[in-house]
Amino acid sequence: MRNYWALFGKDVRRDKHLYILLAPYMVLFLLFTVLPVVISIIFSFTHFNMLEMPRWIGWENYSKLLWNDDVFLIGVKNTLIFSVVTGPVSYIACFLFAWLINELNPKLRAFMTLIFFAPSISGNVFFIWQIIFSSDSYGIINGFLMQLGVIYEPIQWLQDPRYMLGIIMLVQLWLSLGTSFLAFIAGLQTVDKTLYEAGAVDGVKNRWQELWFITLPSMRPQLMFGAVIQITASLAVADVAMALAGFPSVQYGAHTIVTHLVDYGTIRFEMGYASAIATVLFVMMLGSNLIVQKLLKRVGE
Amino acid sequence: MKLAIRLNKKVNRSWQVDALLFLALAGFGSFMAIPLIYVINNAFKPLDELFIFPPTLFVRNATLENFANLFQVMKNSWVPFSRYIFNTVFITAAGTAGHILLASAAAYPLAKHKFRGSKVLFTVVVLSLMFSPHVTAIPNYMIMSALGWMDTYQAVIVPAFAYPLGLYLMKQFMEQIPDALLEAAKIDGASEYRIFWQVVMPLVKPAWLTLLILMMQMLWGTDGGSFIYSEQLKTLHYAMGQIIQGGIARAGVGAAVAVIMMTVPIVTFILSQSQVIQTMASSGMKD
Repeated sequence: MRNYWALFGKDVRRDKHLYILLAPYMVLFLLFTVLPVVISIIFSFTHFNMLEMPRWIGWENYSKLLWNDDVFLIGVKNTLIFSVVTGPVSYIACFLFAWLINELNPKLRAFMTLIFFAPSISGNVFFIWQIIFSSDSYGIINGFLMQLGVIYEPIQWLQDPRYMLGIIMLVQLWLSLGTSFLAFIAGLQTVDKTLYEAGAVDGVKNRWQELWFITLPSMRPQLMFGAVIQITASLAVADVAMALAGFPSVQYGAHTIVTHLVDYGTIRFEMGYASAIATVLFVMMLGSNLIVQKLLKRVGE
Repeated sequence: MKLAIRLNKKVNRSWQVDALLFLALAGFGSFMAIPLIYVINNAFKPLDELFIFPPTLFVRNATLENFANLFQVMKNSWVPFSRYIFNTVFITAAGTAGHILLASAAAYPLAKHKFRGSKVLFTVVVLSLMFSPHVTAIPNYMIMSALGWMDTYQAVIVPAFAYPLGLYLMKQFMEQIPDALLEAAKIDGASEYRIFWQVVMPLVKPAWLTLLILMMQMLWGTDGGSFIYSEQLKTLHYAMGQIIQGGIARAGVGAAVAVIMMTVPIVTFILSQSQVIQTMASSGMKD
């Protein structure tokens, strides 16, 4: 054992320059990312309102959250609908558009990449959808439908729980061709071209077989990376929901886990309870990432 | 079909499916573009055109009135508009620069050396890609107040230095640098710091640009989160929110702010596009 520590010390001294390079980033990373997760998990077992000292209450927050909080269950339901619809759709859309764009010549490809990527980098311009779906006749959708004679009175798109969720999904999809989309475009360009010729010799008949047997397996690393980014984003839907449908939304029609977290964390200051919500979200993100990673390993088999 | 489809392939492709796929691409492309086109056009519409029925997508008599009004509105506000611009530019520039520097410094040892703890550290960074900032928002608030950083620029800037995505992409990109190059530098007597600064950093310019785009887009759109209270420190995004709250009377001015907001990240992306794609090519996760 002493031998091990002696060796350990020697290695650390030898590599001290590496640790020095690493240190500034790691200190901040531990302080602002890892430590908060740990704190959040610990606080989730306490009653804490920022004024009194935290009081240990065991699983009470979780049992209240899962059995006695109907609004949370609405949030969970909406979040799951979101992530089951927008998650896979945006993931597949990211890939499909990247794949189609890749067949274009370089100039057109650069242009189309920009068109698809622009919404996700233009920041908070998604408020424009508020104007498009505005509830008076100046809203472009209402105006258009009224002119066509489909409707006679403006529809309250963002106040009606029937439409709210769908519109937010649409906007979320509009925004979702971001980092993973770029990763896919780039990944497609690195696929070894000779594999396609080899595939043709081996009996690949059409573009779909080519996609499944050659392109997708060659891009597995990028597909994994994209999945992590998309899953995490789709489970954390909140900003768009709060901006478009208001907070709280009518009949909680656009309530999600994160808006519930915002409610308890920044309005009611029930930090212990909010931490329990954050922890549940964290577990969901981790769990679904691990499941999807397992599934992706089968691509092209 | 003159769509420049790769025809040199031996695999059968029917032109019908080609046509269908590219029609779909064009259709979804316009879905992506129309809201942005609409907001740009709105920014140049005179007041009467903003409120005609039925609403129009394109502007007829373009005017710069909305931009002029924006500065007029802002001149009368409590904090001069230039202050919001300064705050956003400052937060974006400082946060992005610090992130590129620290993330590259940390990525180099992880990419090119094996040492005690390197695997664990990188695994933690990859895992942290899997949760969103919402999970850490409340504890971060407490940490900031414990540090006494509430209502300061650094509460927004310093955490940005240590986002996991930048380190991850930088490390994946640096792994492609040939070891022989680093060994040659070492034989010539260069220290690790010198190798990092004079050999590695110039070689990873595409990765810098990628980090620049991603960080800048994020910080440019920040509202200062729950850390910034005083009006003097608030950002352009926050000011935009205030203007849009002004309702339909300010619709044109709101669109003008939006155009200012979106121009900066989009132009940066256009300028660095090819290099960004080069970095993303190495972004993959190995099984």
